[in-house]
Amino acid sequence: MVTSMQRMLTAMAHREPDRVPVFILTTMHGAKELGLTIRDYFSRAGHVVEGQLRLLKKYRGDCLCPAFYAALEMEAFGGETIFIDNGPPNAGAPVLNRAEEIDRLEPPRVTEAPGLNRALEVIRALRAQVGETVPIMGSVTSPFSLPIMQMGFEPYLQLIDGQPERFARLMRVNQAFCVEWANAQLAAGATAIGYADPLSSTTNIPRALYLKTGHPIARETLARIHGPTAIHLASGRGLPIAEDLVATGTAAVGVSTLEDLAEWKAAVRGRLTVVGNLNGVAMRRWSPAQAEKEVKQAIAKAAPGGGFVLADNHGEIPWQVPDEVLLALREAVEQWGRYPLEWVERP
Amino acid sequence: MDVLTTEFRDALEALDRPRIETLFQQALSHGRPMQVVEELIVPTLEQLGEAWSTGHVALSQIYMSSRICEEIVSRVLPPMAPERKGQPRQAIVVLSDYHMLGKRIVLSVMRASGFDVLDYGRMEAEALVERVVADQVAILLISVLMLPAALKVREVRAALQARGLPVRIAVGGAPFLFDPALWREVGADAMGRNAAEAVAVVGKWVEESTW
Repeated sequence: MVTSMQRMLTAMAHREPDRVPVFILTTMHGAKELGLTIRDYFSRAGHVVEGQLRLLKKYRGDCLCPAFYAALEMEAFGGETIFIDNGPPNAGAPVLNRAEEIDRLEPPRVTEAPGLNRALEVIRALRAQVGETVPIMGSVTSPFSLPIMQMGFEPYLQLIDGQPERFARLMRVNQAFCVEWANAQLAAGATAIGYADPLSSTTNIPRALYLKTGHPIARETLARIHGPTAIHLASGRGLPIAEDLVATGTAAVGVSTLEDLAEWKAAVRGRLTVVGNLNGVAMRRWSPAQAEKEVKQAIAKAAPGGGFVLADNHGEIPWQVPDEVLLALREAVEQWGRYPLEWVERP
Repeated sequence: MDVLTTEFRDALEALDRPRIETLFQQALSHGRPMQVVEELIVPTLEQLGEAWSTGHVALSQIYMSSRICEEIVSRVLPPMAPERKGQPRQAIVVLSDYHMLGKRIVLSVMRASGFDVLDYGRMEAEALVERVVADQVAILLISVLMLPAALKVREVRAALQARGLPVRIAVGGAPFLFDPALWREVGADAMGRNAAEAVAVVGKWVEESTW
């Protein structure tokens, strides 16, 4: 029997496995399974391990997604996390209130951050449970995008525009942290690292600015991460920088629902695995029939030839998406995602 | 002002501040400040907003452009200037969310377009309703980034309705872009895909108003 790991590795080698791999990226749904609040769920590694294993069994996805929440990294920098009952936790007040504070900022050590160690404990426990049968996706926020939480979006845009030296220093600090954090996850048993870099999306900055900032930072950072990475622009557009993303050395790219999967596939065929791009926000109101239609359409556009993983477009399924939809989505993959995809018209 | 608008837009996209200033002064030499706002600033920001919605310019450019326009317009039309469009009373808020940039951009674009808008910062639904009542706000702009926050617009609408207040609500932010049916579901009266659309919505409501 083909394992999820074999399926994903074959797809990422740009060949067709037995069926289209599907990543059902539910970070918070485990709390529902355990009857816990989101805050309680993330407070103990054992909860997340149990939640992820139950979700794997229930949805039969092809990966484990032990990522906690983005603000976990801010906790390492001394920040606070704000929990809500029905969505992802948010980062609290910025840890950098004035640009001058960058001059004294040092990268926190992963070993000294209780939240990060809890997340590593989850990865180790999951690896022990599933062996090499299921990929475990680690995650980091890119050094370039992290300052949105560290100092707030508006002050950060002003920093990029007007203080190049401080910006460079902040990138060096964040890069050191990001590399250590990513490699710690790989050492704990993560198969690959999702590199969340929403600011690099052309939705957020023009390509010319990306080439001077997010791009070289990604190239340098990914080169220092000891495993495969997937760049995720978190629902933002990326087609205008597709070639630049290939040049970063990443193995995969998460694609926005605002863009066409077929165009992406054509742009990076054989070079990047395309991951996406089901609309997570709209998914909340899908009927099972709609879920089937969306899955079928995505497979037809991007699955032929491998190099495709079906997933949502943000890298996190909203809390509000019901089981009925996720189960229908998974069933549709079973029905329409078996290779060879004889029902798909070849161009 | 078509040619001027094109040049002005190019200067804004390139963040060429001296050129922006020159073009603005050139426009002012031919018209009253409010005329320049309506014939140069508003159409330019509309074009930029549409270009962002279709993926042709980036949020950072929109942000910088909107702040620059807000600044140059405030010099000739200070806040509370009699020519500004401040009635019926309008307010903008980030509802139950921690992502402030979208509101900042809409506020700048509104102010650069000649409107006086109360800035409520970040608020939860209950406190927001009290503030709206106290200030006799008639048009409320709500900005969010996260889906749970978008769903809270429902609470605001219900509370205003329970008090019999005919406040018009326009919403904006990522969840509404990704789910075009969401704004109606939560009881909003309109949705802006970008800041310039928010201006158009409010402009229409102001014209229709009998206040």
